[in-house]
Amino acid sequence: MTDDHLFDLKGVSKRFIKGKEAISIFDGLDMTIKKGDFLAIMGPSGSGKTTLLNMLGGVDQPTGGEVWFDGKRIDKLSEGQMANWRAGNIGFIFQFYNLMPMLNAARNVELPLLLTNLSAAQRKKSVTAALELVGLADRASHLPKEMSGGQMQRVAIARAIVSDPKLLLCDEPTGDLDRNTADEILEMLQLLNKEFGKTIVMVTHDPSAAKYATHTLHLDKGQFVEKDLVA
Amino acid sequence: MKLLSQIWVVIVMNIRSLPQRLWMSLAAILAVTVVVAVLLSFLSMANGFAKTLEGTGSNDIAIVTRGGSQSELNSVLSRHAVNAVSVAPGVAKTADGQPYYSAELYVVVNAIKKSSGTKVNIPLRGIDPIGFTLRDHVKITAGRMFQPGKNEIIVGQKVLGQFSGFELGKEVKFGKSRWTVVGIFSTGGTAFESELWADARTVQSQFRRGDSYQTMRIKLTTPGDLSGIEKAIKADPTLNLDVKTEAQYFAEQGQALKNIVRVGWAISIVMSLGALAGALNTMFTSVASRSKEIATLRAIGFSNVSAFFGTLAESVVLSVLGGLVGALMSYLFMDGMTTSTLGASFTQVIFTFELSPALFEKGIILALLIGVIGGFFPAWRAARLPVVVAFRNAS
Repeated sequence: MTDDHLFDLKGVSKRFIKGKEAISIFDGLDMTIKKGDFLAIMGPSGSGKTTLLNMLGGVDQPTGGEVWFDGKRIDKLSEGQMANWRAGNIGFIFQFYNLMPMLNAARNVELPLLLTNLSAAQRKKSVTAALELVGLADRASHLPKEMSGGQMQRVAIARAIVSDPKLLLCDEPTGDLDRNTADEILEMLQLLNKEFGKTIVMVTHDPSAAKYATHTLHLDKGQFVEKDLVA
Repeated sequence: MKLLSQIWVVIVMNIRSLPQRLWMSLAAILAVTVVVAVLLSFLSMANGFAKTLEGTGSNDIAIVTRGGSQSELNSVLSRHAVNAVSVAPGVAKTADGQPYYSAELYVVVNAIKKSSGTKVNIPLRGIDPIGFTLRDHVKITAGRMFQPGKNEIIVGQKVLGQFSGFELGKEVKFGKSRWTVVGIFSTGGTAFESELWADARTVQSQFRRGDSYQTMRIKLTTPGDLSGIEKAIKADPTLNLDVKTEAQYFAEQGQALKNIVRVGWAISIVMSLGALAGALNTMFTSVASRSKEIATLRAIGFSNVSAFFGTLAESVVLSVLGGLVGALMSYLFMDGMTTSTLGASFTQVIFTFELSPALFEKGIILALLIGVIGGFFPAWRAARLPVVVAFRNAS
């Protein structure tokens, strides 16, 4: 483990009990994600992509092994501690945007900042900056239903970056968008990675989306197929 | 502070999304509305009845009835008993030195209720002219006082509103005798306003009561002090009488109130169970429809406490809304409504429903309880919702 490692997974296993049957998704998985990586994870359905993303995001716990983030072990944190850890370190970008339908764009973007000690004025400044970065400053007062899919995903990106997290986790971020809009979103993620140094992990089915990443990992039946990126 | 902000955001989102669950939310509100309206109707009835009886009894008036009689109606007093008690210690004197008392009769006559057209019993009280002064706040509001020896009655103000045929100048028939309404009186809203008054001796004669009476009302020299009269009754073996202050007497007559209140609460609690089921159903549906939003907030870092209180708040808001509508309906349709019911003497006591702030508070507390209990388990489910729901592909 070195200082440039953001994530280290050591011998991670994940098993589910379905009825009387135990299903193993991962068994002794090792993985390292370096700071500044833009990593695409690809693989067929059932290969464990989303389960891996959930474990990286701290919303699912491994059955065995260790998960280290920036030099600290996180797989033993309590639910409350994990929520605080997510709030401080992770920005999520979902396939279907997961915006709050009753809140306008600015209010949606502000949500992670409500977990900080920032004043209302400071929060407003950060929200404006994030919306400007994604090119939607003029849509701050619009509700999600008044926006296109691409605009909603840009609001979701603004929400993911507004609290300046170390890691962005993207679950099929372009899965619900047309090609041109998808490219715009991917260019934006690339910009966040290159210009702002954000580490990004993106799960995708789409090979052309994976081209925007600096590395691609292929998962199949809980194993990485490409060895060069595996620790 | 951070936790409060989180809770507030979840509450705002839940409340704003209510129109998405409009009919179910309205059903939950309606259920609580009915519960609170029923409860407050019973309680305001009991409250109005209590106020009428409370105001009727005075502490400086003693009421004497036959020993063991539960009410004025089944009491009988002989002239001998009346004379013996009238000279007992503790009986006040009039300005001309006479014992200050009124020997009274209490007979039942028929009247037709305006609201239903049904025949009911109302009391005709035969009083001595001096008896008029033994009631607080009594005054003739129209016409004049009856004249001794004549078939004339004066009518309590509440009787006029509730029963037909007692307007000033009208002639009414009780059995074979005819009586003329010569006056209307008020006593400041007490139970006496549910009565007809006439000259005691005329009532004795028309209702063939000989020289007997049913009750005595005595002005006491010291308010509440019955000891002198009690001693005199004990000392005379021919007397078998009960003596109470008028306040005590009417308080005992109000025992029926407790039953009204009990029935009101029993019905309301049974109905509350139905409202509770409605609230639970609404809130479980609400949590299910917002599961992705709740999970997304949790993924962002919102605590499960905020999900819990946000959901609970929605349930409480719906219930309190229902409670307020129920209380408002109760106020609009019941408060101030005058009706009559059978009192302890099998005669009608006329009273007004009265919705006091204390009763309003009880209604809202019941609504709150329904909201809290009905929201607790769905809120618990919201708090325990797995965060991975946010990553599921169903939109």
